[in-house]
Amino acid sequence: MRALVTGLSTYWGGRVAQALEQRSDVEVVVGVDTRDPRTPLERTEFVRTDSSHSILARIVRATQVDTIVHTHLVVDSTRATSRTLHEINVIGTMNLLAAAGAPSSPVRKVVLKSSGLVYGANKADPYFFREDMPRTGPATTPVERSLLEVEGFVRDFADDNPHVDVSLLRFANVLGVDIETPFTAALRRPVVPEILGFDPRLQFVHEDDVVEALMYSINNDIPGVYNVGADGNLPWSKVCAIVGKRRVALPFVFTNLAAEPARLLRLWDLPPEAMQILRFGRTIDNTRYKRAGFHYSYTTASTIEAFAQALRLAGTIGDSSPSYRYEREVEDFFRHSPAVVRPD
Amino acid sequence: MMADGPERAPERALEIAAATHPDVDLTEIDPGIGRDLVPLARPAPETVEEVRRSDVDQWGRSEHFRALTRRAFEPLYKHWFRVEWEGFELLPEEGGALLVANHAGAIPPDAPSIMHGIEKDLGRPVYGLAENLFRALPVVGTLWSRSGGVTAHPDNAYRLLHDEGHLVLVFPEGTKATGKHYNDRYRLRRFGRGGFVEIAMRAGAPVIPIAVMGAEEAMPVLFKSPRLAKALNLPYFPITANMLAFGPLGLVAYLPAKFRIRVLPPVHFDVAPNQERYSRSRVMEESERIRGMVQDALYDMLRQRRSVWFG
Repeated sequence: MRALVTGLSTYWGGRVAQALEQRSDVEVVVGVDTRDPRTPLERTEFVRTDSSHSILARIVRATQVDTIVHTHLVVDSTRATSRTLHEINVIGTMNLLAAAGAPSSPVRKVVLKSSGLVYGANKADPYFFREDMPRTGPATTPVERSLLEVEGFVRDFADDNPHVDVSLLRFANVLGVDIETPFTAALRRPVVPEILGFDPRLQFVHEDDVVEALMYSINNDIPGVYNVGADGNLPWSKVCAIVGKRRVALPFVFTNLAAEPARLLRLWDLPPEAMQILRFGRTIDNTRYKRAGFHYSYTTASTIEAFAQALRLAGTIGDSSPSYRYEREVEDFFRHSPAVVRPD
Repeated sequence: MMADGPERAPERALEIAAATHPDVDLTEIDPGIGRDLVPLARPAPETVEEVRRSDVDQWGRSEHFRALTRRAFEPLYKHWFRVEWEGFELLPEEGGALLVANHAGAIPPDAPSIMHGIEKDLGRPVYGLAENLFRALPVVGTLWSRSGGVTAHPDNAYRLLHDEGHLVLVFPEGTKATGKHYNDRYRLRRFGRGGFVEIAMRAGAPVIPIAVMGAEEAMPVLFKSPRLAKALNLPYFPITANMLAFGPLGLVAYLPAKFRIRVLPPVHFDVAPNQERYSRSRVMEESERIRGMVQDALYDMLRQRRSVWFG
């Protein structure tokens, strides 16, 4: 297998590349991103690209990769303006799929990391979203719109290229100490917001399960759309109780306006789509991916429990993982210098 | 639920077998295979004990909260409405069933009465389907959800009936019934589009019709203000007899009408479950038949009723 990972410097891209490096049948791992990788990698070749992946067609042709893992979809709208969001998600995916679907392209598998955000969170929602259920209200935020657009491209691509296995994974809100999402950031604060009078059912997925889920699609030929979220759900009040945080109620009208001071103070930065989840909650049905053979290591409850324990540890000893800085010359030396003895 | 360490190993073995041999169909493998294999080395992430830490189930219902509301509602049930059941033994002790009842009263007291009686005397939880309006209400929506309220989405009903085998209560007339004038009491409205029949068919669960007498007189609607309803984004804005009698307190004060609840024989549909769709005419026909059963039972009960207050 020759694999290309987009978003190498994101948490997911780095973890997937690390996992691919461990496999002996993976000959080549190429990673692209706009920034330097933040995870130590042994043999992954890093190529710096622009955010919209316009160079990707050349990379694919030159490296003859057969598998593309697209982790570079922005699902956290606090990280990017709506303009860069569009550039990365929509244009980036368009270029990626164009590269993968070019005539005589060697690509036979594409795995994408999408999000449960495509379902939205509305009062008319079913309590458990299956993959074939449409959202019940129009997409109101740029990130949701861009992801829906991306999924449209992916569907068209899968239709036009029946010889390529396309797996699209929609993840529930991810929880873990190594990853920063609006929810993990909020849960690290001493006080956590809630919307007055609402205690919705929330579902999470552990960061390790996310990597396992991506690897499972890479390792197996299971094309299709799959929800990835841990079993069960818990009321937001219980989530906060397990993590041991006090809640502060935001008014149920003008909620986003009321949350603005906290955003400015950098207390919490919960985007409107996360606020919708704090109002109505969202649980996605994970049975389809389980039926495809995937096993979760964590339930929603144990995901939160594990997060709480890791937070407690971090509160005592600080950051336990040594920080890593990518230095091109050093990496190039270890990878390509004839002086380095490499085991075969 | 999570399996513990050694239990997981075979699954992991299968996973890896499938990963290395993509042709292996996982569904064909006996899960027993590989139980004798040496457990594969893998850092066990399940050091975390499986705890729910809450008795709120995945539908938002809390048995603890239900017990509290039952304690609060019991005096109302026993001494105010003096609820009496007929045919209680027709309710199943296990398996999913869709309870279909008539609906009445501006703030309907029939739903809590039915749920209370069944949970108390049959010991089974009842999930009540209602408009998604509740879900958007602060405080009320949360309390509603904790006490077993679920948004009336077909998939929710199917899961509750088919996957989990629960009792599910539905009022197919919806707000058309609770918002009707006192003059129209005990005259059933349209049973929606028969969606409840289709769900019961798909879930392979019986429909148990229930006729409730008394709720109409507990909070009769005398006038309605469409303009206020529109302004407040409510399905209807009633002026009830209770409000005229007790002022603002009338929002919560019921009149002490005598309640009789009659459970009718279960209706089983002779169709295969889990079909993509069911014959529209058949669905409408069954829906109309069940509506007729409840209506006839109500007329019969009204014929025997001597007093609104004493039964």
